[in-house]
Amino acid sequence: MPYRHLIGPRSYVFADLKELMAKATPLRSGDMLAGIAAVSAEENVAARMCLAEVPLATFLTEALVPYEADEVTRLIIDTHDASAFRPVSHMTVGDFRDFLLSDAASSQALAALAPAVTPEMAAAVSKIMRNQDLIAVARKCRVVTKFRDTIGLPGTMAVRLQPNHPTDDPAGITASILDGLLYGCGDAVIGINPASDSIPVLSELLKLTDDIIARFDIPTQACLLTHVTTSTEVINRGVPVDLVFQSIAGTQAANASFGISLATLKEGHEAALSLKRGTLGDNVMYFETGQGSALSANAHHGVDQQTLEARAYAVARPFRPLLVNTVVGFIGPEYLYDGKQIIRAGLEDHFCGKLMGVPLGCDVCYTNHAEADQDDMDTLMTLLGAAGVTYIMGIPGSDDVMLNYQSTSFHDQLYLRDVLGLKRAPEFEAWLQSMGITGPDGRLKPQGGANPLLAYAPGLAA
Amino acid sequence: MSNDTRPASGYIIEDAWGKLARATPARIALGRAGTGLPTREVLRFALAHAQARDAVHTPFEAEATAAAIAALGFETLHVASAAPSREAYLRRPDLGRKLSEEGRAALTPYAGSAPDLALVVADGLSSTAIHAQAAPFLAALKPRLAEEGWSTGPVVIASQARVALGDEVGEILAARAVAVLIGERPGLSSPDSLGLYLTFAPKVGRSDAERNCISNVRGEGLSHDHAAFKLAWLLKEALARRLTGVSLKDESDLLLIAGKPPASRLAG
Repeated sequence: MPYRHLIGPRSYVFADLKELMAKATPLRSGDMLAGIAAVSAEENVAARMCLAEVPLATFLTEALVPYEADEVTRLIIDTHDASAFRPVSHMTVGDFRDFLLSDAASSQALAALAPAVTPEMAAAVSKIMRNQDLIAVARKCRVVTKFRDTIGLPGTMAVRLQPNHPTDDPAGITASILDGLLYGCGDAVIGINPASDSIPVLSELLKLTDDIIARFDIPTQACLLTHVTTSTEVINRGVPVDLVFQSIAGTQAANASFGISLATLKEGHEAALSLKRGTLGDNVMYFETGQGSALSANAHHGVDQQTLEARAYAVARPFRPLLVNTVVGFIGPEYLYDGKQIIRAGLEDHFCGKLMGVPLGCDVCYTNHAEADQDDMDTLMTLLGAAGVTYIMGIPGSDDVMLNYQSTSFHDQLYLRDVLGLKRAPEFEAWLQSMGITGPDGRLKPQGGANPLLAYAPGLAA
Repeated sequence: MSNDTRPASGYIIEDAWGKLARATPARIALGRAGTGLPTREVLRFALAHAQARDAVHTPFEAEATAAAIAALGFETLHVASAAPSREAYLRRPDLGRKLSEEGRAALTPYAGSAPDLALVVADGLSSTAIHAQAAPFLAALKPRLAEEGWSTGPVVIASQARVALGDEVGEILAARAVAVLIGERPGLSSPDSLGLYLTFAPKVGRSDAERNCISNVRGEGLSHDHAAFKLAWLLKEALARRLTGVSLKDESDLLLIAGKPPASRLAG
C-alpha cells in the first residue's frame, strides 16, 4: 500500500512501508549503498512526517520482510504480546514518541510495554526522535540480567574486559586481564575474541579464564567469542563455558550467512543452560550485532539497516541474553561513514534495544578507514553513559591488537564513572574493594606491586 | 600551581606491573593522569592512528608484487576489481567483489583449467600487508603444495579487491578451492597484517560462513610457516570432506601437539 505526504505543492509517494521507513532514516552511507536512502533533505523529512502518522498497529499487519520467507518475521509476529500492546495500540508513531517522552512512560510502564514493542515499531519511532530523545527515553528503560553478578541496575554501567591477543597467547591474554582487573574492569564479562577457531586453542583459553575467575573468586563470567556451534562442541567435550556467544542479524538470510538459524541458537542456549554455572541467574547468552550486517551479506530485502539492526534484537530477546552488544563502528565507512553517523547509530541501537527489553551495551568504536577519531568516541561514550548504557568495552589503551580497530579503554570507563557517577555491578564493586583495588568511593587506589592478582603471573610481575 | 613544586611527572600514577607488558603487544600498564592517559600515551596513540590512516591510502604496487611472486617460480596475472578508485572501493564494497571487464578477459585463457587451488593476492585494506607478507608467505606455502602435488595455476594479483572477488576468479578457473591472501584492515599496532580465506568449490554468491579464515599473518603475529601449515591442513581437509566454513573446524594444532593426524576428531 502506497503512503503519500504533501509538502506545499509537492506530493511525495512511498511505495510501501519499507520504502517509507528507509526514506525516513537519518542519512547514512549504508542506505545509500543499498540505493534506498532519501534523495533529498526534503524527501527525508516528508517521509518522517508521513511515518509519524502511521498507526503502530500497521506494523503488525504490514511486514517489511515477508512472513513466509523469513523466520525472524515469523518470530516477531507469532510471539507478539497483544495484551501488553493494548495501552499503545491506538497510537500513531508520532503519538508514541510523545508518550515515550512523557512522565506517563515510567520505568515500570516501559518494562511492561517491552514485550509488545516490535523492532519495526522501535525503529520507526527512533527515526523521528532527536539524539536527546533517544537518550532521555533509553535512560528510563531498565533491563537487569544476572549470571555471577547483577548487570543493568540503575546508576550502574558494566565493562567487558576484552584482553585479545594476535596469536591467542595465554601469557599475553593473562597480562591484559590482570591490567584490566587492576583498572576495575570486567563486571560484564571477560570476553576474548580468539584469532583462531581451533578447538585445542579455544579449550586452553576457556580453562585459563575459568582458572583466574575461580582462583580469585571474581563475581563475573567468561566468554569466548567463537561460533555457537564451536561453543556447543567444546561444551560437549567437557570444557568449562560460562556464556555462549554468537553474532546475529535481523533476517533469516543474514543469519544463514553467519552459519546459524534460530534452531542453532536454541541448541547453543540449551547447551549453556545445561552446565548451570551461573550463581545468581541463568542469563547465559552473549550476542553481538551491528548495522549493515544484512546488507553486507546481501540479505537485506530492501529494508534500511537501522530497522534490520533492531530486528536482530528480536532474534536475541527470546534467549534472555546476559549481554547484547552493538559493535557500532566496526563494520566500516561503507555503512557508517563518519563520526556523526556512528554517534547517531550508537544512540539509535541502544534506544531500540532497551525499548524492546534487551540488555544493550555498545562497542563504541571505529576502524582506521572510517572518518572518525578518539574525539568522536569520547562524544558517543559520554552520551551513552548519560543514556544508561548497560556496558561498554574495556580494551588496553583503546587499541585491539587482534581485531585491528579502536574501542573504549580501561581509562575511558574511569572517566565516565567520574564524570557521570556510574557504579559497577554491586558484587564486582565489592570484590574490587576486597582486593584493595578500589576504595569505598569506587575510585582506584594507588597500587604497589603487591596486589595478590599479580601473583598469578609470577614470572612477569614487578 | 604556583605553590606546587613537584616535577611535572609527579602527576602521573605509574602502574607497578610494567613487566606484564613484555607478554603482549597490547597497550597495558600505561599509567594514568587522574582517570586519563598520560600525555606521552595520548600522543603515541595519535601518531599510530595517523600512520594507520595513511596506510589505508598507500597505492598498491601490483607490478612489484607480481615480480616478487614470479621470482618464486609462480606464473602471475594482474586483474582489477570493478572499483575504479580507492574512494569508490571504500564506499562500494560490491564493486570490490567483482572483476572488471578487463580482469575477466585476462582470465579467459585460463578458464576451466581446473587447478586444485586458485591463489588470489588482493590488496584489501592494506597494500602495505601485501607488500610485506605475500611473497614470503607463498615461499613458505610452495613446498607444501609440491609435497601434496596440488596444482595452482597462475597467482592472480588483484587490485582494489575484497575477499569475495576470489569466488569469481575460482569459478572462472573451475578451481577445486580458492585461497585469497588479502591485506587486513590496518590496526594501530599492525598496519601490515595478512588474512587468508579458503573457500571450497568457489562460485559467485558464496557466503562468509562457507570460508575458513586464518588471520594476523605477519612478523609479530602468526608466522608465514605456521600459516602455510594451517592453510595446507585446511585445504587437505576441505578437498577430502568437500567443504569449507563453519562445519570445518581448524584442528591443525592437534597435529602439532600430538604429532599425528587428527582426522578421527573431525567425524560428523
